[in-house]
Amino acid sequence: MNEILDALREAFGEKVAVAHRIGQTALTLPKDAIVDVVRFLKEHGFSILLDITGVDHLERDPRFDVVYHLYHLQLHDLVRLVVPVGGEQPELPSVTQLFAAANWAEREIYDLFGITFSGHPDLRRIMMPDDWIGHPLRKDYPLTGLGPLPPLVRE
Amino acid sequence: MAYTQEQIASQMDAEPGRGGNMVLNLGPQHPSTHGVLRVKVELDGEQVVRSEPVIGYLHTGIEKTFEDLMYQQGCMLAPRADYVSPIINNLCWVLGVEKLLGIEVPKRTQYIRVLFAELSRIASHLVWLGTSAMDMGAMSPFFYTMQQRELILDLNEMAAGYRMNPSYFRVGGLMGDLPPGFPEKLYAFLDGFPHWLEEYHELLDRNPIWIERLQHTATISLEQALDYGWTGPLIRALGVPFDLRKTNPYSSYEDFDFDVPTETEGDVYARYNVRMREMGESLKIVRQAMDNMPGGPWRVADEKIYPPEKTEIRQSMEALIYHFKLFSEGFMVPPGDVFSAVEGPKGVLGCYVVSEGSSRPNRVHIRGPSFYNLQALPAMIKGGMLADIVAAIGSLDIVLGEVDR
Repeated sequence: MNEILDALREAFGEKVAVAHRIGQTALTLPKDAIVDVVRFLKEHGFSILLDITGVDHLERDPRFDVVYHLYHLQLHDLVRLVVPVGGEQPELPSVTQLFAAANWAEREIYDLFGITFSGHPDLRRIMMPDDWIGHPLRKDYPLTGLGPLPPLVRE
Repeated sequence: MAYTQEQIASQMDAEPGRGGNMVLNLGPQHPSTHGVLRVKVELDGEQVVRSEPVIGYLHTGIEKTFEDLMYQQGCMLAPRADYVSPIINNLCWVLGVEKLLGIEVPKRTQYIRVLFAELSRIASHLVWLGTSAMDMGAMSPFFYTMQQRELILDLNEMAAGYRMNPSYFRVGGLMGDLPPGFPEKLYAFLDGFPHWLEEYHELLDRNPIWIERLQHTATISLEQALDYGWTGPLIRALGVPFDLRKTNPYSSYEDFDFDVPTETEGDVYARYNVRMREMGESLKIVRQAMDNMPGGPWRVADEKIYPPEKTEIRQSMEALIYHFKLFSEGFMVPPGDVFSAVEGPKGVLGCYVVSEGSSRPNRVHIRGPSFYNLQALPAMIKGGMLADIVAAIGSLDIVLGEVDR
């Protein structure tokens, strides 16, 4: 694991910040490096993309984190990638060309957080109805929802 | 709501009648889709040309609800994601919060947790076996499996008072110690179950229809499986002995002696064999846990995390204050984030918890293995027969509560 991290530091230099939190390795990196870092880790044996999810820190700037978890089948180790994104329309590159598993996960983040992924083959809502307004997992989206529910049956 | 051919086709970007192809809607209300899954399929005769699973029909916003609840209340919510093996979700959640808090529960608690997690794994596999056999047209295994599952639910009820969603594990311990009479009832189940496992094999193993329909059905390559993030029995049926209980032991799994069954064919039949053998292994673990059950406390001594005993509350002012504080504002969790992963019956079950230092989580994400496993469905059934879709969905062992959350 340490060898991979050393190689990673060599390849990406200051761009990637490595931290160890509660026994887990977390890398913080800018959004323009995400595809290269995921490709690098995949080439070094992190063969399963376990999960992608988003976190909304309402008052922070940049506001969102997109969090990736990759697993190494031989080393039995987990690595977390944290990519802060913000702005009016948060956007970052998609990793679907590296892992097919990213397809639905990125759609889910788009649906529930309103973060778009450039280069995603089929970016549309996955959990909520297609005509839903708002992104429910954002912190400024109330738990009770926005206004009345849309009609159950559409014409 | 009934869709017309044109409506389904327009959503699928397909033309009805193109080359005589037919666009068909499988689900969402269809007994073989195990919940509310809709699969749009484009058929050429009986052959699947293209397909697309549509999910979200059971989206209940569990992750959003988590943000509004205190950490100990999350113990009630987490099991509702995968309601077929609720107690393993429960385990995943409490392990995550305990990691953030930096506490370790006593050995007895860890053993009891392993015991119930493995019982839950058997219960989940029994649902899979019964329903997927029913999908293939074999009615009797369903009754045979449900009868044994009932006995496991009885044990849940005995320990926690609830059958389906016991929420027996709490942050820092359990709801209570094992009740009197529990070991006897458990041993009665453990002694009886191997016979029934034999019976399931006898019902299915030599059934030519079962074998014919399962072998060489819905196969995908190992590269594809890794690409889709497959874990659990699905990837073990492709020859990868990946099991978090062995590779990254949690809750004292390193103390137990068990094997990780694998197969190499990667078809529906291999998945069937892996799960059947896993039930035997789980049975071994449960017996070891009960035989070697350590004594001692079943909760952490820290009363800021786990409420004091009721008898103490009546006598001690301090205990009363702790109790009041815990149930009015909860315990504070230091800021940080953690990904707690356990081996669920369907694959790697993960829980990503982000704390900002208050008594409520800032963000909770459940990595449902079914969500990732289900994505591979179009690749599994492409070029196959329409009837094999049912076999493929059955072998994925999906729970829509976990897919949609």
